[in-house]
Amino acid sequence: MSTWSQRLDNPVSDRLRDPAATGYVALGLGAFAAFLAIPPIEARSPTWPIAVGIVAAALGIWTATRGRRRLGYGAVAAGLIGIGLGILATRSGTENLETVFDATLVAQTLGFATPLVFGAVAGIFSERSGVVNIALEGLMLMGAFWGLYGSDKGGTWVVGLLVGMAAGGLLALVYAYFAIHLRADQIVGGTGINFLAIGITGYFFVQLYNGQVTGDVSLPPEVHIGGLGHFLEGSIGNLSILTWASFVLVIVAYVVLFKTPVGLRIRACGEHPRAADTVGINVYLVRYCCVVLSGLLAAVGGVYLSLGPEGNGTFIPQITSGRGFIALAAVIFGNWRPAGAFGAALLFGFSTALALKLQVYSSQAATLFNVLPYVLTLVAVAGVIGRTVAPAADGKPYAKQ
Amino acid sequence: MSEPKRDLVQSPEQAAETGTLAARISLSQRAGGIVVPLATVVLAFLVGGLVVLATGHNPLNAYHDIFNGAGLNWAFHPTTSTQGAAAYNLSQTLLQSTTLILTGLAVAFAFRCGMFNIGGQGQYFVGLVVANWLGVSFAGMSLLPHALIAIVGATLAGAAWAGIAGVLKATVGAHEVISTIMLNYIAFYVASWLFGAGGPLQTSAPGQETNPVSAAVADTAQLPVIWGTKGFQGLDIGFLIAIAALVVYWALLNRTTLGYEVRAVGFNPDAAAYGGISVKKNLIRAMAISGAFAGLAGAVDMLGYLYKYGQLDVQVSQVGFIGIAVALLGRNTAVGVFLGAIVFGGLLYGTTQGLSSNVIQPELAGNLTEIIVGLVVLFVGADLLILYVWNSRKRLRPRRARQAPAKAAA
Repeated sequence: MSTWSQRLDNPVSDRLRDPAATGYVALGLGAFAAFLAIPPIEARSPTWPIAVGIVAAALGIWTATRGRRRLGYGAVAAGLIGIGLGILATRSGTENLETVFDATLVAQTLGFATPLVFGAVAGIFSERSGVVNIALEGLMLMGAFWGLYGSDKGGTWVVGLLVGMAAGGLLALVYAYFAIHLRADQIVGGTGINFLAIGITGYFFVQLYNGQVTGDVSLPPEVHIGGLGHFLEGSIGNLSILTWASFVLVIVAYVVLFKTPVGLRIRACGEHPRAADTVGINVYLVRYCCVVLSGLLAAVGGVYLSLGPEGNGTFIPQITSGRGFIALAAVIFGNWRPAGAFGAALLFGFSTALALKLQVYSSQAATLFNVLPYVLTLVAVAGVIGRTVAPAADGKPYAKQ
Repeated sequence: MSEPKRDLVQSPEQAAETGTLAARISLSQRAGGIVVPLATVVLAFLVGGLVVLATGHNPLNAYHDIFNGAGLNWAFHPTTSTQGAAAYNLSQTLLQSTTLILTGLAVAFAFRCGMFNIGGQGQYFVGLVVANWLGVSFAGMSLLPHALIAIVGATLAGAAWAGIAGVLKATVGAHEVISTIMLNYIAFYVASWLFGAGGPLQTSAPGQETNPVSAAVADTAQLPVIWGTKGFQGLDIGFLIAIAALVVYWALLNRTTLGYEVRAVGFNPDAAAYGGISVKKNLIRAMAISGAFAGLAGAVDMLGYLYKYGQLDVQVSQVGFIGIAVALLGRNTAVGVFLGAIVFGGLLYGTTQGLSSNVIQPELAGNLTEIIVGLVVLFVGADLLILYVWNSRKRLRPRRARQAPAKAAA
């Protein structure tokens, strides 16, 4: 199977591929988001300005990760301001504005982004080493269930975290064996792993818990930060410790991948495994380590889903409900870079948080709002504007000689 | 990195083209015959059995009950009446298999063009939605045109939905796996919205305002039942449509120029392009035809026995994904897809509604199906290696035989 960005000869002119074009489109959309709310269009529901504003912010991230930083971040700001103005205009009453825009929106954005960040960084490690990881969904699911089981039986959330990570790492090891040693098609293998995870977690959920979790389990604590003022305290004063860990992870992942010899080796295996082999890097070992690490990290994202504020110590079959695939989308959106993926995860988290808030106005619109991350990713991989550059050997099995 | 050199041995595709009986047998030998898929299934059931054993259930009894739950024991005392449990269960298994044949073909057709259509689930949803919409509308129409309009509409909609991924791949090179995954989720949420409370396709019956279920398709759009009773989910004519689709799949691939081009592109796009075949056109075509099969699956389900669909049904549906396992196990051949669909259709029904067992409860066994599906997909991916070993062993043997007399002559 070839890489994500495999291209046939391309009819779209290079000018359109310049990230600057995307940046200007994004700036325009940001302005349009605000414009939607005022006459003559005068959208009655804030959904439309918000949707357009998020598209603008997304394109901004896209631009920023592809070289035009200032323009990109400008576009992100334009999108967010457009959303604010749009809401302000549609709901001129301040009390309505506050029901959408308050400190909990920030807290929820960060909360929804947390599993995506873990999943995306997990995906980056795996894909940077040359193994496509479509199994993120399944690895997260393993973490979610076994994390809960560990916390329940072990008595503390730390044991839960470790058990969850072990489960994710173990399944990732199975995947690594098939993908690396047996040189199985990585997408087929990843699909199999996803099924397997659904089956295993579902089976043991019924076997061990009879289909419902009863007992209270130990949960990861929230980090309380006081004395920040009303808004800041409401937004970042009570975040889960795992959310803070995800911020640290992004920085560590960036440093490891781009500032250390280890990272250079990982990237070499993903770009040109033959060359890496020639200079004495053990390609198989690097790939094994990265895929297993990917399983461990994705499982943390899963643990957050069952033990974090969202799950609060509960599990339901397929609790991940596509979050692994959104994490994969964040990897692609962020151009296989930790910071970019973090931005994408925040954006996707933001759109989920907004969807919840929008239920105040219309639960119908809120359901439809969930489509946004997927549409954005579809537009992004379409690559008409800007460019996705996957690691050159991503998805190609390597045969030692 | 350069592509691995293709050996000069006649390809399986070429072998099939020559059409002699010997060539065909050699094709099936090269593809590992029926041995490899069979071994894959046996191994998957074995590992699944180990899980069952490890959790304190008797795997043999469990599989026996699942076998009966799927109605496969019908073969021991066949009756045409669906009054008995075995016959009824079998009719339900075939109902599941109908869907899986079509979603399996959706994956298989794209595979033959070198693409992985992981979006069968989304295309199936699109088919369901359009079939429901057309089946509910035009209530005054007579049977044949109404059902036909709904089926054709759903099939075309599925084709268009998959066609998006095909066009993206052909024009800008977006990988079809990513785009079809995204299209799956878009279809998932749009379908949830359409069937949800207040959604455009939600039932307008009085007192049902908060019930997130669609209206039922009109009687005129419902497909006739061929085995069993209509009120009790009898096997409908959709099964025959699926069989016909298998024939169409085979004929399209092996007896038409379109099929030849699609296979050529799947086999080696560069060589196909050199031979004057438009790669882009065929990528789009193959993806659209793939989607048409999945859309048809949605139509046949909706008009055949579901009649209405709810938000909750959208959330639990897996048939599009299981189609991947069906196609892989069936090695993308028509007969293989049929057999694969029977196996997984039986598993799907035999581990859930059909299962009456004091060894293993349906909630548990339903997840066993997922485990077995996962193992099959995983092993099928790896048996490419088994095949490689198999083929190289065969290639070596005649060469040695040829060298030996040459030495003797010298």
